[in-house]
Amino acid sequence: MEVPILKQGEILIATVQAALTDSDLMQLRRALVEKVAKARARAIIIDLTAMDVMDSFASRTVREVAQMIRLRGAETVIVGIQPDVAFAMVQLGLSMGGVTTALDLEEGLEYLHRKFKTIL
Amino acid sequence: MAQPLSFDTVHTGGPTTTTRSHSELTAEVLHELVEHLRQNRTQLREEWARRITEARLLTAMTKEEIFAEATSVYDNYVEALATGTFEALQAYSRNLSERIIPRGVETHEVVGIVLLLRDVLARSLFSKYQADFTKLDRILDAYEPAANRIANTVAVGFVQERERVIRQQQEAIRELSTPVLQVRERLLILPIIGVIDPQRARQLTEQLLRGIRTNRAKVVVIDITGVAAMDASVANHLVQTVEASRLLGATVIVTGLSPEIAQTLVNIGVDLGKMNTVGDLQGGIEQAERLLGYKVVPQAEAN
Repeated sequence: MEVPILKQGEILIATVQAALTDSDLMQLRRALVEKVAKARARAIIIDLTAMDVMDSFASRTVREVAQMIRLRGAETVIVGIQPDVAFAMVQLGLSMGGVTTALDLEEGLEYLHRKFKTIL
Repeated sequence: MAQPLSFDTVHTGGPTTTTRSHSELTAEVLHELVEHLRQNRTQLREEWARRITEARLLTAMTKEEIFAEATSVYDNYVEALATGTFEALQAYSRNLSERIIPRGVETHEVVGIVLLLRDVLARSLFSKYQADFTKLDRILDAYEPAANRIANTVAVGFVQERERVIRQQQEAIRELSTPVLQVRERLLILPIIGVIDPQRARQLTEQLLRGIRTNRAKVVVIDITGVAAMDASVANHLVQTVEASRLLGATVIVTGLSPEIAQTLVNIGVDLGKMNTVGDLQGGIEQAERLLGYKVVPQAEAN
C-alpha cells in the first residue's frame, strides 16, 4: 500500500495508514527522498501512529530516511510511535539514535514551526 | 464410646489375631488410643500448656490464650486421630494461623508446639503401656503416622497462610507502588520508592509510557532517590525506558541516583549521552521547567 505524502507549507507529511511491507517501506523511502527536493521542503514528518509493529527492517529504513533527508538539506521528525511499539523497539535494540521524535503530528508540527521561527 | 474395647483380647495371641487384617487392627488400636487421650484430656492439656510456656514458645500470647488455644488444638488433634480425616484440622489450623500471624507468631513456634504435643502424648503412652512392650509397639505404629500427618497439616496450613498474607501484601504494594504525576502542563514526575524487581520495572515503564501519551508530556522527571540499589537488568530496563520515552517525543531527566546505582550504570556501560541526570528532584524539576520555557520567580521579584 502506498503511503500518501502531503505538502503543508514547507513541510512534507507522510502518514502511514496501515502495516507496511518491506517493499512499501522502500517505496516510501524513494518517494520521500525524491519529493523533498522537488517540493523544496525544509522538513518531513513521518507519522507512524498506525504502525503497531516495528521490525528491524522498518526501524532501519526510517533511520536511513532521516539520514538521507538530512543529506538532502532537510530535517526529519518521527511522530506517533505507540508506547508498546516504543518499548518493544528499545528492547530489541532498534534505536532511533539522532532522529527527532515527537508525540503526535500536532507536536511534530509545533516543534518544526518553532524551530523555523528561531532560524529565520 | 459405645463400642466396647476388645483390645486386650487382640494381643494375647489367640487365633483371632491372625485372621484380622492389618487395617482393622490399626483401627482398633487407634480407637483405644483416642479413648486414652479423651480420658486424660485435662491432665495432658495442662501438661502441654505448661511445656509450651517452659519452652518460651508463643511469647506473643498470654497464658490464658495459650491454654484456650491448646484446648482447641488438643480437641482437633484427637478428633483427627479418631476420624482419620484432616479437613477439620486443616480448616482449624488455617483459622488459627489467620489469628496468630498478625501477632507475630513465628513458624518455628507453631511447629514447636505441635511437636511438643506429639511429645507429651507419646510420653503418656509410654508410661501407660510401659509394662506391655508389644502393645506399646502397636500403639506407636498407629500413633506415629497419624501424628506426623497432623504435624504436617498444621505446619503446612500455617506456612500457606503466611504465604497468602505475603502475596496479598505484594499485591497491595504493587498497586500503590508508582503514581505518575503531572506537576505542570506537559511535565510528569515519577517518584520511585523501594525495591524494583523486573516485574515492577515493566509495570513502571508501561505506566510511564501510557502517562506520556495521555498527558501529552514533553518532559518526565524520574526520581529514584528512594531506590537504594538496582541490579544490572533493572538498570538496563531504566535505560530502555528513557529511550522509549524519547521515541514518544518526551525528554527524561533522572534524578537522585545513589552512588551504588551510578556504579551499576557505569558497569553496564550506559551511553551517558542519552541519559539526562540531575542530582536531586528539585534540580530535575527546575531543569524540566527550563526545557519547557517556564520561569519560576518569587512574587516580590516579579512585581
